[in-house]
Amino acid sequence: MKAKLASFVASFGLPRLIITGFLLALFILAPIVGVDLPMQITNVINRFSWNAILVLAMVPMVHSGCGLNFGLPLGIISGLLGATLSLEFGFTGPMSFVMAVVISTPFALVLGMGYGALLNRIKGGEMMIATYVGFSSVSFMCMMWLLLPYHKADMVWGLAGKGLRTTISLEGYYDKVLSNFLQINIGKISIPTGALLLFALLAVAMWAFLHTKTGTAMTAVGSNPTFAKAAGIKVDKIRMLSVVMSTWLAAIGILVYEQGFGFIQLYMAPFYMALPAVSAILIGGASVNKATIVNVILGTLLFQGIVTMTPTVMNSVIHTDMSEVIRVIASNGMILYALTRRSEVSR
Amino acid sequence: MSLLEMKNIRKDFFGNQVLTDINLTLEEGEVLGLVGENGAGKSTLMKILFGMDVIRDTGGYEGDILLNGQKVDFKTPFEALAAGIGMVHQEFSLIPGFTATENILLNREPRKKSVISEVFGERLDVLNRKEMTRKSEEAIRKMGVHIDGDMVIHDMPVGHKQFTEIARELSKDQLKLLILDEPTAVLTEKEAEALLASIRGMAAQGIAVIFITHRLQEILDVCDKVVIMRDGCVVKDVPSGETDIPEITRLMVGRQMSSVLQTEIRDNPDAPIAMSIRKLWVDMPGETVRNVNLDVREGEILGIGGLAGQGKLGIPNGIMGLYDAGGEVTLRGEKIPLNSPRECLNASMAFVSEDRRGVGLLLDETLEWNIAFPAMQIQNKFLKNYLGGLIKWRDEKAIREITQWYIDELAIKCTSSRQKAKELSGGNQQKVCLAKAFALEPGFLFVSEPTRGIDVGAKSLVLNALKRFNRKSGVTIVMISSELEELRQTCDRIAIVSGGRVAGILPASESAEQFGLLMISQVK
Repeated sequence: MKAKLASFVASFGLPRLIITGFLLALFILAPIVGVDLPMQITNVINRFSWNAILVLAMVPMVHSGCGLNFGLPLGIISGLLGATLSLEFGFTGPMSFVMAVVISTPFALVLGMGYGALLNRIKGGEMMIATYVGFSSVSFMCMMWLLLPYHKADMVWGLAGKGLRTTISLEGYYDKVLSNFLQINIGKISIPTGALLLFALLAVAMWAFLHTKTGTAMTAVGSNPTFAKAAGIKVDKIRMLSVVMSTWLAAIGILVYEQGFGFIQLYMAPFYMALPAVSAILIGGASVNKATIVNVILGTLLFQGIVTMTPTVMNSVIHTDMSEVIRVIASNGMILYALTRRSEVSR
Repeated sequence: MSLLEMKNIRKDFFGNQVLTDINLTLEEGEVLGLVGENGAGKSTLMKILFGMDVIRDTGGYEGDILLNGQKVDFKTPFEALAAGIGMVHQEFSLIPGFTATENILLNREPRKKSVISEVFGERLDVLNRKEMTRKSEEAIRKMGVHIDGDMVIHDMPVGHKQFTEIARELSKDQLKLLILDEPTAVLTEKEAEALLASIRGMAAQGIAVIFITHRLQEILDVCDKVVIMRDGCVVKDVPSGETDIPEITRLMVGRQMSSVLQTEIRDNPDAPIAMSIRKLWVDMPGETVRNVNLDVREGEILGIGGLAGQGKLGIPNGIMGLYDAGGEVTLRGEKIPLNSPRECLNASMAFVSEDRRGVGLLLDETLEWNIAFPAMQIQNKFLKNYLGGLIKWRDEKAIREITQWYIDELAIKCTSSRQKAKELSGGNQQKVCLAKAFALEPGFLFVSEPTRGIDVGAKSLVLNALKRFNRKSGVTIVMISSELEELRQTCDRIAIVSGGRVAGILPASESAEQFGLLMISQVK
């Protein structure tokens, strides 16, 4: 029995076990301290639907050995360009979402290729360089959002008549287009079916891709690039493909996030998007060069569950502003723990 | 009383006996030449003497080492250094950005007190540059070869780096015994001569030297006595005046013929040429190929042997595109473009690398992946096509079947075909590498060091599998190995590479002595 338990802990991972336990405790505690549980469950599911694709974007680069994509903001910027241009061109309703996807795709491809070319030149230091790529692209775009000739009245600063606002409301555009599509309501719990379906579609596509010849090659490149080279694989090309895929998924991911959240956030907002996605996939049990779709789903659920539940439950328990501090310690501490405990890989 | 005496030294690595009853004596001021094939146990013996960590980590050794009549047992190299033993390793351990003087006296610098160090302790003493220069010059003078003490290491030619290392050992006042592990391998002829002269100079000053080299002439030139090792035993211990190169060679490589399983050898001079290699050069670090011309006949097993670092490994690695190469290679009349692994594989060539863990395997993946991967990527095997070939889906069932077939065929010991490659033992990993190459159904196969790092039992299994593959399907095999006996057992003809060139090709039935002569023929 003890051995069975030990092997279960080893295979499931202690950090995941602790976080799952913590989350369960929060769910149990919630009704006791008077928190509206169905409302919280709806929140968790919603936040899952907003974030899951951003976490999914981690998968291809992890497989090709480029590590965790700390350069996620680059893909997010492609998505933001698609979103703002779609609005600028006057598309409204669901069409504006479709056009945002269409317009952001070429940006994601071009930026992803440049990013991939860069990462191919600094093999071994991908994650650090990726971080700086993310940061510098955000700063560069901070200038561009002001300078680019956007004119649409509900996007630009009211007084100057130029330069995009920090937050743009999506009401009348694609606010909740996916979430409301086929939405299911059970009692007080509502499920954003459309957003979940899109995630499921992309996740299945990713799973399928990893089962194809090229997908197999991508995993092999990440597992042992020299082996792949000796087997006639063009390593740089495969790595480039993984980076482009990741960047494109990040672009789609931010559009889905916006439709759920209801606003486009510009300027420094993309800056803070990479770390939660990275943490989520790690909590889900991925390592720096192994990640599965299950890791993505589990990790996003756990991470978003904690982020949603901690402040409300803690606020009800201790009626002070301490809750925010506890939330930060609990969630970031968990990430730190997960990172130190993540399974090592042999080289 | 002898300076150094080693009595009945025995050492095994996990049951694999590498040293058996070694006895050695060394007098003050004597130069001892230690020779033997790769893997004969020279390095292990020196590691024991020097107290290296690997020896302790693998269970220590048996026997006694006496220094000046006193029994010693060094726990770390530092203790050996303190006892007056210095060692110059094959790999340089120098700081590239420091000058020769700084490297020579590293961590033993003469120091000056200052006000700050009086207060904060001796870690803040100031270096006494003048004294350092004097000391390093003295060490350089002792060596008898001039190098510039102010020159930064990374600006130096290789030879001078080697001399800096020797000077560092000589600068230690307590030095009584100096071990030189193949110091001349990287030197030019002139530098090597200077080094030999300095060895004589050191001996004259009473320092004993153990000199390991593959260049036998050097041994005869400089040593007082020669110790020849083979398979972990000392086979001969003679004064150098009483022996000659042919005898040393014979003792180095020759084994009792009873231990050799001479299997059927085919030497068919009329067979068409399968691969012809002309003017091949390969830039592989440590295994440079300079100018190789070689014809491989259809259906044979050609062995490539030679001493380490002479370029035999560079040949397959260069042809298969893993290192920069140039020259002309034709396979059955068709030119093979170099520096492109894909083109070689497309031409139905396959390669089993000597670097099993680095190149040969996906350690974190299953055996299924390891065996099926190249065939899947290159020949589109084990794939199901959907949408008119647009989607190429991995056929897990076919992959499992082929893996299981090879597991049975090669007797790979594993829990299942889904076990990870890193969990297998060395011999079984090697079999997986072979299976990977066999699964490509190649028309031409390179196998590099197929038995490196695996035990005797697994060795014969691997060699038999190769031979069977050749005899059954008629595939031409080129096998590269450092072990001559293994080549003589498996191959039809053996080419010996020396100095980056082919020194000669002999039928496998030729005597070990003949091969030995070829091995050292171009080593100057």
